[in-house]
Amino acid sequence: MSSLTVTALTKAYGTAPVLTGVDLHVPERSLTALLGPSGCGKTTLLRLIAGFDDPDSGTVTLGGRVVAGEGRGVAARRRGIGFVPQEGGLFPHLTVAGNISFGLPRQQRRDGGRVRELLQLVGLDAEHAHRSPHQLSGGQQQRVALARALAPAPSLVLLDEPFSSLDAGLREGTRRAVSAALTASGATAVLVTHDQAEALSMADQVAVLRHGRLVQLADPRTLYRSPRDLDVAAFVGEAVVLDAEVLHGTAHCALGAVPYDGDLADGRARVLLRPEQLRLSSRASGTGGVVARVLGVDFYGHDSRVWLSLPDGGTVSARLDGSDLPSVGDDVVVTVRGTARAFPAGDADSGAGAATPLSTVV
Amino acid sequence: MTLALAVGVAALALLPLGYIAWYTVDLGWAGVRELVLRPRVGELLWNTARLVLGTVVCCAVLGVGAAWLVERSSVPARRVWHVLLVAPLAVPAFVNSYAWISLLPGLDTYGGALLVVSLSYFPFVYLPVVAAFRGLDPALEETARGLGLSTWAVFRRVQLPQLRVALLGGSLLVALHLLAEFGALQMLRYPTLTTAIYDQYRATFNGPGATMLAGVLVLLCLGLLLAELRLRGRRGYARTARGAVRPGRPVILRRLTAPALAGLAVLVGLALVVPLASLGYWLTSGRASGADWAGLATTTGSTLLLAGAAAAVTTAMALPTGWLAVRARGRISTLLERSTYVGSSVPGIVVALALVTLSIRATPWLYQTVPVLLAAYAILFLPRAIVTVRSAVEQSPPLYDDVAASLGASAPDRFRRVTLPLLAPGIGAGAALVFLAVVTELTATLLLAPTGTTTLATAFWSASSALEYGAAAPYAVVMVLLSAPATALLSRDARRGLTP
Repeated sequence: MSSLTVTALTKAYGTAPVLTGVDLHVPERSLTALLGPSGCGKTTLLRLIAGFDDPDSGTVTLGGRVVAGEGRGVAARRRGIGFVPQEGGLFPHLTVAGNISFGLPRQQRRDGGRVRELLQLVGLDAEHAHRSPHQLSGGQQQRVALARALAPAPSLVLLDEPFSSLDAGLREGTRRAVSAALTASGATAVLVTHDQAEALSMADQVAVLRHGRLVQLADPRTLYRSPRDLDVAAFVGEAVVLDAEVLHGTAHCALGAVPYDGDLADGRARVLLRPEQLRLSSRASGTGGVVARVLGVDFYGHDSRVWLSLPDGGTVSARLDGSDLPSVGDDVVVTVRGTARAFPAGDADSGAGAATPLSTVV
Repeated sequence: MTLALAVGVAALALLPLGYIAWYTVDLGWAGVRELVLRPRVGELLWNTARLVLGTVVCCAVLGVGAAWLVERSSVPARRVWHVLLVAPLAVPAFVNSYAWISLLPGLDTYGGALLVVSLSYFPFVYLPVVAAFRGLDPALEETARGLGLSTWAVFRRVQLPQLRVALLGGSLLVALHLLAEFGALQMLRYPTLTTAIYDQYRATFNGPGATMLAGVLVLLCLGLLLAELRLRGRRGYARTARGAVRPGRPVILRRLTAPALAGLAVLVGLALVVPLASLGYWLTSGRASGADWAGLATTTGSTLLLAGAAAAVTTAMALPTGWLAVRARGRISTLLERSTYVGSSVPGIVVALALVTLSIRATPWLYQTVPVLLAAYAILFLPRAIVTVRSAVEQSPPLYDDVAASLGASAPDRFRRVTLPLLAPGIGAGAALVFLAVVTELTATLLLAPTGTTTLATAFWSASSALEYGAAAPYAVVMVLLSAPATALLSRDARRGLTP
C-alpha cells in the first residue's frame, strides 16, 4: 500500500479546461472521497490517476514513484492501481471466478482458494464463484468488481461512483461491505461520488471539487462544521444562511445573538447554521430566543423538518427528532444550539436566508 | 490504419455504382437518350413498376394480417404458425418459382409472377411487423377498447399508425429485393429491367444497352433507399414503450377461428407446402431417371468452399467499418458505413456486369477468377456482416479495455482475453449470414463464376433452364436444407417475446 500525491494536475479537452491545478494527498491506508457535482472533473481526475488518460501538466506520484508528469508516463497496466468502474464493468464472457482471477499471474488463476478468499473479503458466498455476471444483483456485481480490483494486491484502489446505480436499500449494505473489505485489505482508496452522505459516512477525508478545482480537503467533521465557503456548506448538507452583523465575537441575526467561528472584522457578515442546531420550545416556557410561526412540517419518521417564518419575513428550516412536533400555525420560540460559522458578507451565495440586512433582536 | 482499411472497403462497395456513373457520363447525353428513351425501356419500367407495386401491396396485406393473427388473436397454435410463416424464407425465390412453373406451366403471366414472388417475400413484411406488434404497449389498446372502440377500430386507429414504420420498412425491403430478383422472374418468363439486363448481356456481351438499363435500375434502387433512410431517421416514433411490456390479452376470435385457421393454412400451404411437395415430386421422379449424385457432391463441396471463403473475406472486411462506426462515431465513419449499404443495394446483376467489364478492361488476368467472384459477394453481402460486427463492438465498450489494463494485462493480452471473446459471437453470426446468402446466390455467380465452376444455384439453374426439372431438384433440396438453420434462427429470435 502506498500514499498518493497529486501535484498541480491540469487537463483540458480541446479548449475546455476540465481540471485546473489540482493538489491532493491521500495518506497510506486511508479512504479519500472525491466529492462534487457532475461535470466537476472528478472522473477525469480518477482517469488521470489510473493512467487511462495523460495530464497536460502536473504530476501523479504513487508511493514515491512518479507515474505521470515530468515527462514520464507509466502505462496503466504497470501502475498497480485497482479500478472499480460505475456499474461494476464485469467481463460478461467470464464467470465470477474468471473475473476475480483476471489480474492474477497465470499459475494462480486456477487456484480456487484465492478466489474464495477474495469473495469472503467482500462478503459473498463461495458458491457465487461459478455464476455469470448477469446472474448477480447490482450490489453483488459491485462487490465482485472490488474483489477483482483487490486480487492483484494493488497499491491503490480507485472507485468511480460505485454505488450510484444501486437502489437505496441495496446501497447501504453494499457500502458497508465495501468499506469493510477496503479496511480489511488495508488498501489505500479513492472514491468518486456526488452523494455527500456517502462521502461523509465512508471517507477518512473528503476532497470537494468544483469547476475543476479542489476547493477543500478536510476530514468529514471539519468539512461539515467548517466549510470553506457557503457553496461548500450547502453542498455537504442542509444549510440555514442568515445575514448578520458581527460585533465583539457575537453575530446578531434574525435568530438573535449567536456565537460564531471564523476570522472576521466587525461589520456585516453571513452566518451558517445547520437545521439540527435550531431548537424549538413552546412560547410559555421560552427564555430568550426568537418567536417564529410554523409554516409546515415534513414528517420523515426518524425525524422531521419544520419550516418556520421569522419575524423579519425570512424562512428557515429546523430538523427535529422529537415526537412532540408543533402544528402548522403555532407560534414557537427558536433558540440556537452551538456556534454558527460566519463568512464575509460578499461571499458567494445564491439565495438562502433572510432578505432584510439586520433583524431586530427581541 | 483502421480508417484506411475502412476507406478501401467503402471504395470497393461503391465500385459498381461508380462504374455505372462513369459509363453514363462517358456515353454523353445523346447516347443516353438513344438507349434509354425508347419504347422497350418504357415497357420494362411498366412491367417492373406494376409488379413491385402489386407485390408490395400483397405482401403488406399478408404480412400484417398474419402478424395480427399470431400476435394479437386467440388463433390456436400460434407458435407453430409463427415458425411456418417464417419458413418460406428457407426456399430461395427462384426455387419457389421453379416449383410452381414446373407444376403449372401456365403461370408465366403477371398474375403468376405476382403470386410466386408475393409468397416468397411476404415474410420480409411479416417479421418486422411481428416485432413491432410485440413492441406495442397493450395498455394503449386496452385504453382504446375502454373508450369504446371495436377490434377493427383499435387496429385501424391505434395499432396500424404505430406499425407504420415497420410496415414501410418491410415493404421497401420487398421492393428492393424484387428490383434485384432475376432467377424467379426469368423462370416465369416475366420480363423486368433485371431480366432484360441479363438477356442483353447474353446477346451482346456488355453492350452499352445493358449498362444503361442497369443505370435506370440503379436509379430506382437509390430512390427507394433514400426513402428508407428518411424513414429510418424518424424511427424513434415507434419506440414509445420502453422496457418489458406486459403481455396483453389476445382478441378472442370465437366464430371467426375457423376462417382464420383456414386462411393461415392456405397461406402456409401455398408458400411452403406447394414448393416442398413439388421438390419432393421432382426428386422422386428424378431419382428414377438417374440423378447425378457424384456431380451433386462435387457441386455442394465447391459451393461450401466458395461460401466459406466469401464469409471469411466479407467478415474480415466488415471489421474495420463496424469497429469505426462504434469506437469513432462521427461523420466519416457514418459515411463509410452508409457507403457499404448503398453499394450493396445495387442489384446483383449490376454488380456482376460492372465487375465483368472492369476486370476485362483493367485486369484481364482477373476476369472470371475466384477473387472477382468473392469481391462481388462482399459488395452484395457486406451489410449483413457489418450489422452484426457493429452490434458486437457495441457489446464491448472501451471500459473493459481500461479495466483489463488496470489489472495488468498488456495490449495483445487484452485483445486475446477481452476484445476477441466479446466480438467472437458477432463475427460468427455475421459470417454465418454471409455464408448462407452465398449458398443461394444465383445472378452474380452466373456471370462471374470461373469456367467449369458450378455452385448449387448455377447447377440448379442450368438444369431447370433446360427443363430438366428432375435433375434440378436435388440441388434445390440441398439449398433449402442449408438455408433452414438461418431461418430457424430468425423465427426463434422473434418468438422469444411471443405471449404464451
